[in-house]
Amino acid sequence: MQKHTISVLVNDQPGVLARVANLFGRRGFNIDSITVGNSEEKGLSRMVIVTTGDEKTLEQVMKQLHKLIDVIKVQHLSTGSMVAREIVLIKVDAGPTTRMEISGIVEPFRAAIVDVGPQSVIVQATGDSDKIDALTELLRPYGIRELTRTGLTAMARSMAAVKV
Amino acid sequence: MSRDVAMVVGRPEIPPIEQGEVITGSDALLRCLLLENVEYVFGYPGGAVLPIYDSLYSSHLKHILTRHEQGAIHAADGFARSTGKPGVVIATSGPGATNLVTGIATAYMDSIPMVIITGNVAQSLIGTDAFQEADITGITLPITKHNFFVRDVLELPRIIKEAFHIATTGRPGPVLIDIPKDVNNATAPFFYPETVNLRGYNPAVKPNKMQVDRLIKAISEAKKPVIMAGGGVISASAEKELIAFAEKTQIPVICTLMGLGSFPGTHPLALGWPGMHGNFVSNQAILNCDLLIGIGNRFDDRITMGRTKEFAPNAKIIHIDVDPAEIGKNVETMIPLVGDVKLVLEAALPKAAQADTSDWLIQLNEWKEKHPFSYKKNGNLKPQAVIEMIYETTAGEAIVTTDVGQHQMWAAQYYKFKHPRSLISSGGLGTMGFGFPSAIGAQFAHPDRTVVSINGDGGFQMNSQELAVVSQHNVPVKIVIINNKCLGMVRQWQEIFYDNRYSHIDLSHSPDFVKLAEAYGVKGLRAQSESEARQVWQEALEHNGPVVVEFVVEPEENVYPMVASGCTLDQMTMGDEE
Repeated sequence: MQKHTISVLVNDQPGVLARVANLFGRRGFNIDSITVGNSEEKGLSRMVIVTTGDEKTLEQVMKQLHKLIDVIKVQHLSTGSMVAREIVLIKVDAGPTTRMEISGIVEPFRAAIVDVGPQSVIVQATGDSDKIDALTELLRPYGIRELTRTGLTAMARSMAAVKV
Repeated sequence: MSRDVAMVVGRPEIPPIEQGEVITGSDALLRCLLLENVEYVFGYPGGAVLPIYDSLYSSHLKHILTRHEQGAIHAADGFARSTGKPGVVIATSGPGATNLVTGIATAYMDSIPMVIITGNVAQSLIGTDAFQEADITGITLPITKHNFFVRDVLELPRIIKEAFHIATTGRPGPVLIDIPKDVNNATAPFFYPETVNLRGYNPAVKPNKMQVDRLIKAISEAKKPVIMAGGGVISASAEKELIAFAEKTQIPVICTLMGLGSFPGTHPLALGWPGMHGNFVSNQAILNCDLLIGIGNRFDDRITMGRTKEFAPNAKIIHIDVDPAEIGKNVETMIPLVGDVKLVLEAALPKAAQADTSDWLIQLNEWKEKHPFSYKKNGNLKPQAVIEMIYETTAGEAIVTTDVGQHQMWAAQYYKFKHPRSLISSGGLGTMGFGFPSAIGAQFAHPDRTVVSINGDGGFQMNSQELAVVSQHNVPVKIVIINNKCLGMVRQWQEIFYDNRYSHIDLSHSPDFVKLAEAYGVKGLRAQSESEARQVWQEALEHNGPVVVEFVVEPEENVYPMVASGCTLDQMTMGDEE
């Protein structure tokens, strides 16, 4: 079972996210993460979906997505070289004694402390999923109070061949 | 047949369409339907669609008031299946709309073109759980090809144009348009677009030339090829091309249940239909073929039995379908051929040559003769005999609609369908209650043809209220009830798989169907023996109007042959062979 990253260009209309999510649900496809936002063209949004499955499942996912009337284009990004990023915000226990230690952990990840409270700080990090996972595990012993991740957004590298 | 419909002579009609004329949303809707050449709409009024029904009062459209929204949508479905034109249905918001759901799912599973118009509460009330509010676009997301929620009256004509385009092109399917009451009441200048511009919707209908060449090459190398024709052949109106292709190549043809009629059942190259209750020769052809050409079919689990690895174990599989997602979905395909079936066959025909199938055809004919569909006669009225009688007396020329269950299988086994669109049956969803109302739609579409609706005593009772419609309009449907006083197919499964534990299948406490018919003003007849059957059936055929004919048959009769769920096609139970 592999993870696949799919980019889907859709009409920016109410209910389109529901159509896509519904398709995955009723066909028994898994959604690991889904991000949606504006695209380069007015009236169109881009969804980046990370799904897990074998080649046959992926083929069906791509074909079924193509069948939706509001879907303009479907690209399988994982076939080529891609840039993939997500953002995480982690609220971690941090009293005066541990604050510097946490700062030291955050720095090599090029993450940042974006809020400081009396007993906690919020760490913001951007990167691929592995990097976010690694940072999370390092911060876990200090006590993670709250964590939120955006899910992956991705794009094929300039010269990469993308399967459409 | 009476054409007594909503339009009443003497009432003011909506004048001819003027581009730019300011009219209400509901008037615009009906004008759009007329511009799409819609003749009949089936429906049921309610609060949220009152503006539409007010506009219908003076419209040329013929509206058929059914007695339940489910009756309306199955009637529209029967109209669509028998004509190839989109069926149109109107229902109000909330429960009216949700009563359509089974019919929408039925049409979706069998790829039937339909445009479903529902009303909704005014936009100011949307999301407030208002009286009779239901999120019907949300509910029908998984069972429509596409659906629309109309937010602005200015968008209405474009949306209707797009809905008909989507419903009828590529792989056909149902499209729902949900219109809030305020949009129906709002006014706007009327402009009906001439073209459709849907950037994300471009069905691939022209076949790839190289793939067509691969098809031809595969045929030239095959010794035991077989064609499996599905409902897609009928959708594409490709029956003539299929006959020409089969005759030129001398490849025998299996039709799936949905494909029955796409290739004449009486043709020497016709093998019959495969799968759970299909015939011996069709299943043997699948098991032994070296090339299987699936055309407009979807390798349903009633044919593969879910054992896709053991399905056609020795064959190269070629799959021709307009929907790319069907190819490789259920079985592995060696040669995918995406395109409109008619265009694919047209492209392949000039290149095709006669295949080396003479030995193969001899073998198939031996199997065909050895195990035809047959049943034991014992002097009692047998359901199979009723179907044979209907076939003989209508010379195979009737439009036959079926409900779902044993009678459906017997109809498919013993009525040799010669023409496309002559079997109307819920294949994919298996919808009980479909058979009778779908016949109403088929008969409105074909007033001069014999329409026979074959039902079980269970399914008929799911929409028997539509007897009022056939009575009101004198729709001359011949309504057959094969009464075995139980849910026959469930009984058969309980007998075979649940050790004769007949749990809740007893329908002996049903109405007197003859009296029920008469209560609606419909002629009712009953037969309990073969001789009675012939007599009352002849009377029914000669009757100029609707008639219910109840055939009381043996409850213990089972459908054979049978391949049980989870078995492979070589594990057929032949059952009651004569």
